[in-house]
Amino acid sequence: MPRRTDLKKVMVIGSGPIVIGQAAEFDYAGTQACKALREEGMEVVLINSNPATIMTDTNMAERIYVEPLTLEFAARIIEQERPEGLLGTLGGQTGLNLATQLARAGVLDRFEVDLLGTSLGAIERAEDRDRFRETMRAIGEPVPDSAIIHTIEEAIEFSRTIGFPVIVRPAYTLGGTGGGIAWDEEQLRDICERGLKMSMIRQILLEQCVIGWKEIEYEVMRDAADTCITVCSMENLDPMGIHTGDSIVTAPAQTLGDQEYQMLRTASLKIIRALGIEGGCNIQFALNPHSYEYYVIEVNPRVSRSSALASKATGYPIARVAAKIAVGLRLDEIPNAVTQKTLACFEPTIDYVVVKIPRWPFDKFALADRTVGTQMKATGEVMAIDRTFEAALLKGVRSLEIGAYGLRSKTVSQWGEMQVEQCLREATDERLFAVAEAFRRGMMVQEVAELSRIDPWFLQKIKNIVDLEGEIRKAGPDGLTDELLTRAKRCSFSDHEIADMLRISAPELRGRRAGLKLIPPYKMVDTCAAEFEAVTPYYYSTYETECEVEVAEKPRVIVIGAGPIRIGQGIEFDYCTVHAVWALHEEGYQSIIINNNPETVSTDFDTSDKLYFEPITEEDTLHIIRREKPEGVVVQFGGQTAINLAGVFHANGVTILGTQFEGIDVAEDRDRFEQMLGELDISKTPGRGVTSAQQAAETARDIGYPVLVRPSYVLGGRAMEIVYSEEELLSYMHLATDVSPRHPILVDKYVVGTELEVDLICDGKEVLIPAIMEHIERAGVHSGDSMAVCPPVSLSREVQETVVDYSARLAKALDVRGLMNIQFVLDGNQTLYVLEVNPRASRTVPYLSKVTGIPMVNVATKCMLGRKLRELGYEPGLFPARPYYAVKAPVFSFSKLTEVDINLGPEMKSTGEIMGIDPDYSKALYKAMVASGVGVPSRGTLIATIADRDKEDASELIREFTELGFRVYATAGTQRHLERAGVTATPVKKISEGSPNIIDLVRSGEIDLVLNTLSPERNPEREGARIRRASVELNIPCLTSLDTARALLLALSSRKEGEEFPLVPINEFAEVTGPAA
Amino acid sequence: MEAILVLEDGTVFEGRSIGQPRRTLGEVVFDTAMVGYQQCLTDPSFRGQILTFTYPLIGNYGANTEDFESSICQAAGVVVREACGEPSNFRSEGGLGEFLEEHGIVGIAGVDTRALTRKLRSAGVMMGAISTDESAGEVLRRIKESPSYDEIDLVEQVSTQTPYEWQPGIATGKAQPQMDFEHRLKIVCIDYGMRDSILKNLHAVGCRCIVMPCKATSDQVLEEKPDGVLLSPGPGDPKRLTYAVECVKGLLGQVPIFGICLGNQMLATALGGTTFKLKFGHRGGNHPVKDLKTGRVTITSQNHGYAVDPQSVEGSGAVVSRINLNDETVEGLECEGLRAFSIQYHAEASPGPLDSRGIFKQFVDRIREPHRWVEIEPEIH
Repeated sequence: MPRRTDLKKVMVIGSGPIVIGQAAEFDYAGTQACKALREEGMEVVLINSNPATIMTDTNMAERIYVEPLTLEFAARIIEQERPEGLLGTLGGQTGLNLATQLARAGVLDRFEVDLLGTSLGAIERAEDRDRFRETMRAIGEPVPDSAIIHTIEEAIEFSRTIGFPVIVRPAYTLGGTGGGIAWDEEQLRDICERGLKMSMIRQILLEQCVIGWKEIEYEVMRDAADTCITVCSMENLDPMGIHTGDSIVTAPAQTLGDQEYQMLRTASLKIIRALGIEGGCNIQFALNPHSYEYYVIEVNPRVSRSSALASKATGYPIARVAAKIAVGLRLDEIPNAVTQKTLACFEPTIDYVVVKIPRWPFDKFALADRTVGTQMKATGEVMAIDRTFEAALLKGVRSLEIGAYGLRSKTVSQWGEMQVEQCLREATDERLFAVAEAFRRGMMVQEVAELSRIDPWFLQKIKNIVDLEGEIRKAGPDGLTDELLTRAKRCSFSDHEIADMLRISAPELRGRRAGLKLIPPYKMVDTCAAEFEAVTPYYYSTYETECEVEVAEKPRVIVIGAGPIRIGQGIEFDYCTVHAVWALHEEGYQSIIINNNPETVSTDFDTSDKLYFEPITEEDTLHIIRREKPEGVVVQFGGQTAINLAGVFHANGVTILGTQFEGIDVAEDRDRFEQMLGELDISKTPGRGVTSAQQAAETARDIGYPVLVRPSYVLGGRAMEIVYSEEELLSYMHLATDVSPRHPILVDKYVVGTELEVDLICDGKEVLIPAIMEHIERAGVHSGDSMAVCPPVSLSREVQETVVDYSARLAKALDVRGLMNIQFVLDGNQTLYVLEVNPRASRTVPYLSKVTGIPMVNVATKCMLGRKLRELGYEPGLFPARPYYAVKAPVFSFSKLTEVDINLGPEMKSTGEIMGIDPDYSKALYKAMVASGVGVPSRGTLIATIADRDKEDASELIREFTELGFRVYATAGTQRHLERAGVTATPVKKISEGSPNIIDLVRSGEIDLVLNTLSPERNPEREGARIRRASVELNIPCLTSLDTARALLLALSSRKEGEEFPLVPINEFAEVTGPAA
Repeated sequence: MEAILVLEDGTVFEGRSIGQPRRTLGEVVFDTAMVGYQQCLTDPSFRGQILTFTYPLIGNYGANTEDFESSICQAAGVVVREACGEPSNFRSEGGLGEFLEEHGIVGIAGVDTRALTRKLRSAGVMMGAISTDESAGEVLRRIKESPSYDEIDLVEQVSTQTPYEWQPGIATGKAQPQMDFEHRLKIVCIDYGMRDSILKNLHAVGCRCIVMPCKATSDQVLEEKPDGVLLSPGPGDPKRLTYAVECVKGLLGQVPIFGICLGNQMLATALGGTTFKLKFGHRGGNHPVKDLKTGRVTITSQNHGYAVDPQSVEGSGAVVSRINLNDETVEGLECEGLRAFSIQYHAEASPGPLDSRGIFKQFVDRIREPHRWVEIEPEIH
C-alpha cells in the first residue's frame, strides 16, 4: 500500500530532557522520523521541551513547539494545529506515555487525530503487565511467573509454586531499596519482612528469578501488510540481573547456534504479530544457558536505546523505517538508504563485531552506590566495531574516556582477592577490569564464570587479551618481535597501552610501527556483509589487508565529536558537531566525523559525508587524519573531548581550523590566562593555581574565605567545592590530588553575586554576541545546574556594555576564530569579574541558537573557514534582544542514583535541560519549571528547613508562599525565625528529636514542596541530606536554593485562574520578531 | 601452520591452516549467514565449493552430532576470519577445528574475508584452492589444470545410489503428534543432494519419505505409487542434469510435484525453461522473497548459484509465483494444471529463518485436497 494520502499534517512527540535511561538516542530517532515524514511530503508539527536537540531545529519540522511535554500543553497544541496523525513511538517512554495520555483523555478522538503506527491497544498489550502476560500466554510464549503479595505467608506459598531463587521487589521504593534475591525460604522470610516495612503500601512483587541466564534482544519490525523482519540480535555480556542499559552488549548474539537463534527469532515474529505493532519494537529474552528454555522478559513497543544501537550496529535506520511504516508504507516499498539498490525489506547481516559499553557517572559522584543491577545508572554509552570481539572491546574501553587504554586499572590492581571476587559476584562499573584482574592473578575461566555468571565465551576473550598483555610484558622492549606487535595491534591494543607496559614512549612505538607499515585499513558498515555495493561511507578500522576508504578529491575537513554522553558533556555537543558538518557541506567541503557514540545524530549514516566510528584518542584520530589528509581539523564542537586533542594535533603538525592551539592554551592555562587579563585590565576573581596543600592554605588566607577550589582542565565543574575554612580546604586537597595529578588545583575567591554567561562568535576581527544569559541562582551553583534567562532581567545597560567590551577584548586577545564561552560574576558593587573562558562551543550554544535565531555553529564554522561576520549578514556587537524570554532549566536524574545528594553546588549534577519560552518572563519561568518536572505545586503544604545564614532571606520568601495559600511546616529554628517575622508555621521535629519527625511528615504524602538550604555545619547537614533524599524517593519537589524558590514564586504568580498561555512555534518566534529588530 | 588460498585470477590470501592440513580445490563462494556453519558445511549443495563465511567469528558455539544436514561434511574447503578455539554452548561437543579435522575438511583462518567477498562480488565466483605445502604459483597451476565447477556432475557424487525409506532419527524441536503409518502420505524424494531437514519437515506434516537416487527414471518413481514427489536441492550446474530432467518430464501431470532449489530449476527445465548462472549466487539467511499472489514478503534461507530465466518459462503452463526483492530473480513457480510448484529458497531453513516452513504443510494439503492448488494460500506462520 502506498503512503496514506489522507495525512497531510503529522505531529511528532520528542522525548524531552536527557535523563538516565533516555538520552540522545531519541533525538536521533526523532530527527530521522521528521526527515522521513517530510520526504513523504508531510507537514511536521513537533513538540519537545529540549532545545539542545537537532530535531527542534527549524529545518527539521514546519512547526516546532519547545513546550512542556504534558497532557495540558500537548492537547492545546493539537487543538491549535489540528494534525491528522500523531506519532508517539519515537520519543522514548516520555513520548509513548504522552501519546497514551492524549488517547485516553479523548483528545485524539475529539480532534480526529489518528494514532499512527502502533495502536493504543498494541501499546497497552505491551506495556500493561497483566495484559502483556495474557497476550503472551495466548500465543504460548513463556513469561516468568510473578505475583503481588502483602504478607510473608503469601510469599512463601507463591515461592512453592515457582521454586527458588525468587526476586523480591518492594513496591514504591527507589532503586529497588529493600529488595533482593532469595535463594531459600529463610532468606525469603528475611527479605520480605524488610521489604514490607520499606514499602509505603506494604506490597511486594515476587518474581521468578532467571538471574544468570543469557540476556538476548531482538529488534523487530512489522508493517501493515504483516511482513515482519528482525533487524539485529544482541547479546548482553552481563547476564540477566543487570539492566541492559548497564550491560556490555554485543551484536550480533555470539553464543547462540542456529537452533536457539531461530527459536528466539521465530518467537519475536510471533510476539510482534500478537501485539499488533506497526513499526519497530525491542524484545528481550532470558535464555537458559543449559537448555532451550527461555522467557520473554519485556517488549518495548517503540524505538529505544537498543534500537538506536541496532541501527548503528547494522546500518539499518530503524526509526526512519518505523516512521514510513506509520504513514502506511510497506517494508518492500521503502528503499534501503545504505545500498540504495536493495529495499528496507531484508535482514541486515554484518561481518564485524559490535561492542557497546555503558558510560557511568561515578567519576563525578564519588559517593554514589556503584553497584549495577536492575536500575540503570549509566548516562551514556560508546560503541566500537572491529573484526574480533577482543579488538572491539578494547576500542570500546578507550572510547569511554575514563583514563583506561586497556583492561588494566590501577585501582583494581590494588584490590585484595576478596574485593576482586566480590566485584565479580556483585557487578559494579569496574567489573570488566576485575575480570581481567582475576585472570592476571591466575583464576580460571570456569571459576570466573561461576562467580560472575558471565558466559565462558566472553571470559575466554577477555582472558585472551590478558594473556597477550602477559606476552608483551614478558617480551619487554627488546624482545617485542614484529609478529607479537602485529598480533597486539590486530587485537587493537593501543600504542599507549603497549608502550606503558614496555615502559617506552608511545611515539617511539609509533615510529616502530611506521617502519613496519603497521597502520590500520578501514572497512565499511554496509548492512549486507559486502554482498552488495554500498554508497554510505561509514567506516571502522581493523588491522587487516584491504582498505575501502577512498579519499575524496575535494577539500575535506574532519570534525572531532564528543564521545559518550556524561554529566557535563551532553547532547549539546552532538548538536554542535552536526551543525558544523552541515556548514562545511554548504561551503563545499567534504565533511568527516570521528565519533563513537551510537545514540547520536552525528553518527547517523547520512549526517556527514563520511563517518569514522572510532575511539577519540590521539592514536586513533591521527591514523584517520594521516589517511584523509584534510585541510584542517575542527576541535571546537566536541566538548572537552575534542579540545583536549588540540595540543596533540598542534604537536603533530595537523592544521586546526578555528582558534589556534596558542589561544586555547592561554585560555586553559591559569597563569598565562591571568597574565593576559592583567594586560587587558580585566578583573578576575582573585586566586591562584597551587600544587600543594600548604600553598593552597596560604593562597586562601591571602584572598580570604570562602574560596572555590577545583582542579584545572576540567569539565562540568568536576571535583569543585566551595570551602569555608582551612580545615575543609586541607581535607579537599588531600582528596583532590588523585583527580588530576598533572594539573594544579585552582583556589579562587568565591564571589557571591549574579552569574552571567556569554557565547560569542569571532571572525578574527570582529565579535558577535548573540545574547547575554543571566543565571537565576547566584554564583556557586554550577552553570550547568542553574536556571538561566535570556535576555537578562536585572542587568543595567552599563553592565551589559562592560560584558560586551570584555568579551570582545578577550576574543581578540585569544585570536578566537569561531566560538568562545565566557562566564562572569557580578558582585553587589556592580563589579564584573571573569570567572573562566572556554575556547570552544559550550553547553548553551543550542539554547542560544534557538533563542536568538542565529545559527551560531553554522556562522562560527564559516568564520573558521575564513568568512567574515559582516559578509554572513551579522553586525558585530550584542545582537538586539528579541521581545520574549527564554528560560533554561536543568533536569536531574537523582531518582536513578541512590546515595547522591541533590543539593545544588559547584559540582554539576544535572543530566539534561529544557527551555521555557514566552513573551512574559514569569510565564517562561512557569513553562520551564513544568517542563523540567519540578512539579510546580500551585498550593498545598511546604516544609522549610533553612540554614541559619539563609533564614533572613527565607522568611520573606515563605511569607509570599503563605500568601499564595501554602501551609508551612518548619523545623524549630526556622519556625521561630518565621514566627518572629510574622509568618505562621507549624513546628515539626527534626529526625534527631524523635518521632513523628520531618521524615515521617515527608513520607506521609501531605507535602507538596520542600525548601532546604545547605548548612555548613555537619549535623544539620546530615539531616538535610536525609530529607532531600526522602523527597526524591517520594517525588516531591525539593529546592535547595532560595533563588530557585523565588523563581518558583514568580512562576506561580503568573498562573492566574483561567488564563491561557499563547503557544507559538519557535519558527514563528523568529519570523514574528524578525532578525535584528 | 601457514596456509594460502589462491583464486583462479591469481589473487593470494594468506592465513593459518585449520582442519586437515592438505590441498583442496573448488569454486570459492561466500555465505552471509551469521549462524549455522555446521549445517552449511554438511549441506550437499556445497559439494565442490570452498565456503567463505562473511561473519568473522566462526565456531563460537562449537559443533555437535545433531546439526548435520547429511551424514558427512560436504564443502570442499572453508575460509574464515577467526576460528573460535574455545566454543561455549550447552550442545557443543567440540570445536570447529576438531570437527573439520575429523571430517577431513581443509580450511584456512585469519583471512581478510571481507576483501575476499568484495572480490567475489565484483569479479563473480571463481575457482580457487587452499594449500599448506605449495607455492602460490603451484596452486595456480593446479587450478588451471583442474576441471571447473560447472564441468563436474556433483549431483551424482552426493546422491544416494540406492532407494531407501527415511526413518526419523533424533527428534528435534517440539514433539509432533504421532500418526499412524497408513495415514501418512507417501512422498518420493529425488535425491540431488537431499538435506535431513527437508525429510524432517515432511515427516512432521504427516509424510513418509522414500528417497530415490538422482538417476531414478519416472517409471521407477511411479512404480512406488507415491502421493507426491519432492525434487530436492543439490549442487552444480542444472544444465548438466539431462537425466533428471527426463525423469521430471515423465512425472509431470502424473503426480503432485514440489521442487526446492535445484528442484525448482529441474521443474523449470522440464517445462521447457532454462537456467543461468548468477554472478555470485544467493547464499545466506536474509533474502527477502515476495509472494506475488499475497504480496507478503518473507525472509528466507538461500543457497544457490543458478537461477531460472523467467522469460524461458512463459507459455510453459507455469507462472512465476515468487521473486527475490534484491534482484527480482525467480524464487518460485506455480503450475496448477500439472499440479506442480517449486521454490528456489530453503523453506526447511537449517540454517536460517523458519518463516517459510508452512509450505510443507501446503504441499500436503494440496495433495489431500486438490482444489487447494488454485486457492491463494497465505503461508502459515
